[in-house]
Amino acid sequence: MKSIKFIIAGIVFGIVMSKSEAISWFRIQEMFRFQDFHMYGIIGTAVVLGTLATFLIKKFKMRDYQGNPIVFTPKEKSVPRYLIGGSIFGLGWALTGACPGPMFVNIGYSYWVILIAIGGALAGTFFYGIVKDRLPH
Amino acid sequence: MLELIRQPWPWYTSGIVIASIMVMLLFFGKSFGFSSNLRTICSACGAGKKVKFFDFDWRAQTWNLLFLVGAIIGGFISAEFLSNGEAVQISQSTVEDLQQLGITSPDGMQPEEIFSLSAAFTLKGFLILLLGGFAIGFGSRYAGGCTSGHAISGISDLQLPSLIAVIGFFIGGLITTFMLMPLIF
Repeated sequence: MKSIKFIIAGIVFGIVMSKSEAISWFRIQEMFRFQDFHMYGIIGTAVVLGTLATFLIKKFKMRDYQGNPIVFTPKEKSVPRYLIGGSIFGLGWALTGACPGPMFVNIGYSYWVILIAIGGALAGTFFYGIVKDRLPH
Repeated sequence: MLELIRQPWPWYTSGIVIASIMVMLLFFGKSFGFSSNLRTICSACGAGKKVKFFDFDWRAQTWNLLFLVGAIIGGFISAEFLSNGEAVQISQSTVEDLQQLGITSPDGMQPEEIFSLSAAFTLKGFLILLLGGFAIGFGSRYAGGCTSGHAISGISDLQLPSLIAVIGFFIGGLITTFMLMPLIF
C-alpha cells in the first residue's frame, strides 16, 4: 500500500499532461516555432512555483514524511555533457513531439506507434551505457 | 462540471499540478525525473550483466516505475472519460507552417502523418519514431535528465547545469524544426 501513492501521483501527472495537451506533437511544434505561449506557460508556471517551493524547503530545512532531511544533490559541473547531451535530446524531442513522460502517457491514449519511439529510447539509453566512458563529460 | 473538465485545461493548471507533483515527490523522499526510468528498465531487463552503467540496484527505483505505470493509466483515463475529442487548438501560424511541410491541421491530439499505424509502418515513418526515440534516450542519459529532471526540478533548484541542458534542448529542437523537418517531410 505504501506504493500506491506513486501510482496516484503518476495518474495525476498523466491526466494533467493529457488535458493541457502537453503530450501533443502539435504543441511541441508550436513551442519550437515560438508561435504560442501555451507550453512556455506550463513550464514557466511549474518553474516559478517549483523555485519558490525549493527555496522554502531549504530555508526551513524541511523533512520528508519519514523525518529525513530533504536534500538536493548538486549536479556535477560540466558544459559539454549538458550542451551536447541536451542538444541530442532536443533533436528527438522536436521530431517525436514527446519527451520521456509524455511518451508513456501516449500509450494510455492508445497512440500505439509511440511504442516504436519508446523502443528507440531504450536502445538509445542502452547505447549510452556502452559508449559512456568514451564521451566527453 | 464534467463539461468543463472535458475541455482542454489552461496552461496554468498544468504548471501548478506539475510543481505540486515535484514537491509531493520531495516529501516522499524522491526526486522528480522521468527519463531515469529508461535506465531502470534496461537494468531490470538484465543489461547490468553486460554493461556496468546498468549494474545498480534498480529495485530501489521501483517507485518511479510505478509513477510511469500511473502516467499510462492517467493517459487512458483522459482519453476514455475526460476528453471531448476535439482537435488541439494550436495557433494559426503553426497550422500554416505545418501545412507547408504536408502535415494537415490537427484532427485529434497527434498528427496522422506520424502517429497513424499506416504512417508508422512505412520505412520513413518507422525511422522518424525510432531515431527520434533513440536521440531522446541517448541524449537524456548523456545530459543526465530530461524535461522533468532538468527543466523543472533542476532549474527550480537554480542549477546552472540544468540551464545549460535546457539551452541544449532548444538548440536540438530548433535544428530539427527548422533544418531537418523541411528535409524529412
